Amino acid sequence: TVRDFSASETRRVEKILIANRGEIACRIMRTAKRLGIQTVAVYSDADRHSLHVKSADEAVHIGPPPARLSYLNASSILDAAVRTGAQAIHPGYGFLSESADFAQLCEDKGLTFIGPPASAIRDMGDKSASKRIMGAAGVPLVPGYHGNDQDIDLMKFEADKIGYPILIKPTHGGMRIVQSPDEFVEAFLGAQREAAASFGISTILLEKYITRPRHIEVQIFGDKHGNVLHLYERDCSVQRRHQKIIEEAPAPNVSNDFRSHLGQAAVSAAKAVGYHNAGTVEFIVDTVSGQFYFMEMNTRLQVEHPVTEMIVGQDLVEWQIRVANGEHLPISQSQIPLSGHAFEARIYAENVPKGFLPATGVLHHYHHVPVSPTVRVETGVERGDTVSMHYDPMIAKLVVWGENRTAALLKLKDCLSKFQVAGLPTNINFLLKLANHQAFENGDVETHFIERFKDDLFVDPGNSLLVDKVAGAARFGATLAAACLIEKENSEFRENLPGSKGINSIWYSSPPFRVHHCARHTMELEWENEYDSSGSKLLKISTTYKEDGSYLIEAEEDSSQCVEVKATCIGNHDFRVEADGVITDVCLAVYSKDQTKLIHIWHGSHHHHFKQKIGLELSDDDDLERKPRFEKSSYPQGSVVAPMAGLVVKLLVKDGTKVEGGQPILVLEAMKMEHVVKAPSAGYVHGLHLAAGQQVSDGSILFSIKE
Amino acid sequence: SASRKSLAALQIAQTSRNYSLGVLPDGVDRNSEAFSRNSKAMDFLISDLQSHIQKVLGGGGTVAVKRNKSRNKLLPRERIDRLLDPGASFLELSQLAGHELYEESLPSAGIITGIGPVHGRLCMFVANDPTVKGGTYYPITVKKHLRAQEIASHCKLPCIYLVDSGGAFLPKQAEVFPDRENFGRIFYNQSIMSAEGIPQIALVLGSCTAGGAYIPAMADESVMVKGNGTIFLAGPPLVKAATGEEVSAEDLGGASVHCKTSGVSDYFALDELHGLALGRNIIKNLHMAGRSLKSGLQNINSEYKEPLYDVKELRFIAPTEHKQQFDIRSVIARIVDGSEFDEFKKLYGTTLVTGFGRIFGQPVGIIGNNGILFNESALKGAHFIELCTQRNIPLVFLQNITGFMVGSRSEANGIAKSGAKMVMAVSCAKVPKVTIIIGGSFGAGNYAMCGRAYSPDFMYLWPNAKISVMGGAQTV
Repeated sequence: TVRDFSASETRRVEKILIANRGEIACRIMRTAKRLGIQTVAVYSDADRHSLHVKSADEAVHIGPPPARLSYLNASSILDAAVRTGAQAIHPGYGFLSESADFAQLCEDKGLTFIGPPASAIRDMGDKSASKRIMGAAGVPLVPGYHGNDQDIDLMKFEADKIGYPILIKPTHGGMRIVQSPDEFVEAFLGAQREAAASFGISTILLEKYITRPRHIEVQIFGDKHGNVLHLYERDCSVQRRHQKIIEEAPAPNVSNDFRSHLGQAAVSAAKAVGYHNAGTVEFIVDTVSGQFYFMEMNTRLQVEHPVTEMIVGQDLVEWQIRVANGEHLPISQSQIPLSGHAFEARIYAENVPKGFLPATGVLHHYHHVPVSPTVRVETGVERGDTVSMHYDPMIAKLVVWGENRTAALLKLKDCLSKFQVAGLPTNINFLLKLANHQAFENGDVETHFIERFKDDLFVDPGNSLLVDKVAGAARFGATLAAACLIEKENSEFRENLPGSKGINSIWYSSPPFRVHHCARHTMELEWENEYDSSGSKLLKISTTYKEDGSYLIEAEEDSSQCVEVKATCIGNHDFRVEADGVITDVCLAVYSKDQTKLIHIWHGSHHHHFKQKIGLELSDDDDLERKPRFEKSSYPQGSVVAPMAGLVVKLLVKDGTKVEGGQPILVLEAMKMEHVVKAPSAGYVHGLHLAAGQQVSDGSILFSIKE
Repeated sequence: SASRKSLAALQIAQTSRNYSLGVLPDGVDRNSEAFSRNSKAMDFLISDLQSHIQKVLGGGGTVAVKRNKSRNKLLPRERIDRLLDPGASFLELSQLAGHELYEESLPSAGIITGIGPVHGRLCMFVANDPTVKGGTYYPITVKKHLRAQEIASHCKLPCIYLVDSGGAFLPKQAEVFPDRENFGRIFYNQSIMSAEGIPQIALVLGSCTAGGAYIPAMADESVMVKGNGTIFLAGPPLVKAATGEEVSAEDLGGASVHCKTSGVSDYFALDELHGLALGRNIIKNLHMAGRSLKSGLQNINSEYKEPLYDVKELRFIAPTEHKQQFDIRSVIARIVDGSEFDEFKKLYGTTLVTGFGRIFGQPVGIIGNNGILFNESALKGAHFIELCTQRNIPLVFLQNITGFMVGSRSEANGIAKSGAKMVMAVSCAKVPKVTIIIGGSFGAGNYAMCGRAYSPDFMYLWPNAKISVMGGAQTV
């Protein structure tokens, strides 16, 4: 082969602009720095103080928080590159990464787009076009309808022909499953609306729905000289809301034969579109028949690329830059090692019991496991940062490697249990449960895993045995938390004593002095049951100070469970706690919000959180009608509150309309997802004063239902 | 081995003697017969004492304690624990007073007294025990109460009265009421201490009847708990007998009545814990109280928090059109450290906002207008200015005032006299005063809110400020 030296010599990149934010921007910068390449970050108003801005050599402001005005604003990003003299743009994933127009614009401006050619993005971005090309290249396809005629009657006819359940797949946007013919029309129109709102393109494909599928994808890589190779597969079957949460490489329970067939199919797919740079070919594997079908090709670096990096020992971002420079792929297919096993768990700010709805809030406490050659934590946030409604609610990716799947899984579980986040709800406990599930340990994964094992993964309030066990652990957590809180509060108070310490300090001896008896302290902690809000419980804890500095702690409702605890503060948040002779590490995070103290405790493999009232705000009408102190909902009966912050997309009924229970009232959109708000009961809609396009905040009253 | 130990002790004593002159020798023979005999005899006495203490600590017994709890009330020692600083010690006084004194048992004389720190400041606590004879005053109860006040007066300790008492125990009124060292002396002591600048604070956590009603009424500041706290000279049955009026205890003298209408109490608490938290706040805001302790400056924080809200937004808050109302609290929130403001008499005389905050760490009392000055607002203003004067707290006046309320009802209520009281308080306030006119400054309102004639140390005007005898519209 003849190498095009002139091209690679003149176009060598010395400064890269990263047209992205969060963990992927930080991750790209890390490799760039290692290679001696300077980095330029771009940021919206919401990200001015973000980690990705701090990590870059230079940073350019590109607009207000909404992505379409900043991270999707191609012209201001290109301007930023020109202003800072960057020669290349790395788009990361999401945002402009799969915009063929943007890739083209970069090339037009003489900037290197670190990614595939615009033509390949265009071919693969259109799901029906990509299927046509793949079919022609001999890559197996799922039966379906991929026509341009989108007439509703024809679609219905085609759907009935393929058979139910059937998948509604917009060429751009999220998918929906339809179980029976009579649900088809509503789902079809909803998908069309969502796609039109988010992408402006509402073409829909139909496909056979495989009931027990696995999602296996192959990492491929190509250079500008026509070489394409694959870096094995990843299993991304475990998903919620059709989004991946745990990925692994290589796929479990897969034969080497199958692996190489899959790899070859992926390479043919890439070659069919003249691909170069990083890409992923997604397959759906029918676990019943063992057949695999082409689903789509992602023309970018994927979120879960680190698991591949871990098993092949390569830096894919480095490859991307080198390939973009015009270099050949550094190694050949036969030289690619496959070593050990890797997992990635995506840690999201989300509300698991509310159906994994995205959550927003401040990271009041954020402490993850230390990183090492076998443990990676890819994150774009720091303690004190806000997870806002403007962007993806992912906090971090935890990536671990082990010599084999069992070793890697053990490490994953350990790291997850030590991953501490407080301030907003996360899926960490849920990920732990997933990782601990027997079927997952066996590698018995499929895309309906969570649905299939929901009884094991969610605590059913009806299961009294399990509920008692969970409550018992929480009570013990409260005991430890009480000891640590008292220890911390007392010592902090002693240190910050107003005035001269000399004479005052005798009044703060430890334990506190009482005439002829022991000092006692009572506190009320409201345990927040993460999986069942009705299971939240008020725990009254009484602590007696003992002579030797330890505490005798008992729960008021059950004085038989008396625990002797000695807590020693060994750091800002860390304690060594001896409870009835057993010494454990305990971590405590405390912060306040709206007159409430929020207490998080990590002990053993448990994480519990508690609320404590610290004050009452006296509002003008408070004294007239006081609300019960621990009422579950402080809204009048029949009120419907926004389950999340979002945009009102559509109102389905007018104020004053008579509705049935469960009838959809309005459609909210947040984080690119539509959420239908339904009537909780039958009655008349009251106080619905919203309009399409209006922003609502989390927990605000949308309307109420009156009988 | 015991002899080895005493030898070691001797050696230590000798070694230390080399370095320090005044060290006393051990002088105890731990092997002597007297040593073990004394220890045995004392052990017996201690365990006897302990058994008495156990009885006393139980208060009025399990039934009464349970009834107390069912009313969402804590026991007096628990109340004190919640008022004290976290992990602080408490020096309880006269724990065994009243024990086996009368035919009926009267644990701790039905009142808990003692000394402990709140926000680093030592306070005297006097807490009625409602589980013991409804917290009524026996002769020994009065004696114990007076003894606590005497110590507080000598040591200049702020007094916190946790009131939950039915007043004098009537069957023994001959020994409780008439004499010098009887019930009346409690209020005498309160007055004298208050005049000396020793803060008197009452938390009304239960009933406060007849004579007991004067404890909060005579205090410098008082808190009332909604539902549980009541203040009246006579309870509902007596009222019915005397006048035929039928009224509930809450409507007769509950927190709402006294915090909103009568002005007898200064802070409205939603429940007992809220009330105790307010009590702690009052002590925090004493700042330089008890001037004679010369402890004034130590309470100024060198580190201070910035206001939570943008100071630049002040320009959007105050309207240039004086008819437009706005909440003065949004101005205060942008001035005080951490936007923290402890409001005094929030529900009474609501057209005047008074309260404590800090500016660059300096404690200040802030007085701001939220409308026309009524009778109540003027009385409240006078009370607050006097409090700040007593405690050496600088005053900040935020003027936006169209004047005192006019009209026949207002005049008949004596608005001129109430206004005069406030003007007099402002005149006599010998503390630093800063006046900022953030809107209108009309008529006598200008006087009461420390206009130029009242010698503010500094006076500032916002660009929208206007000063005149009356508004332009009224003169036409």
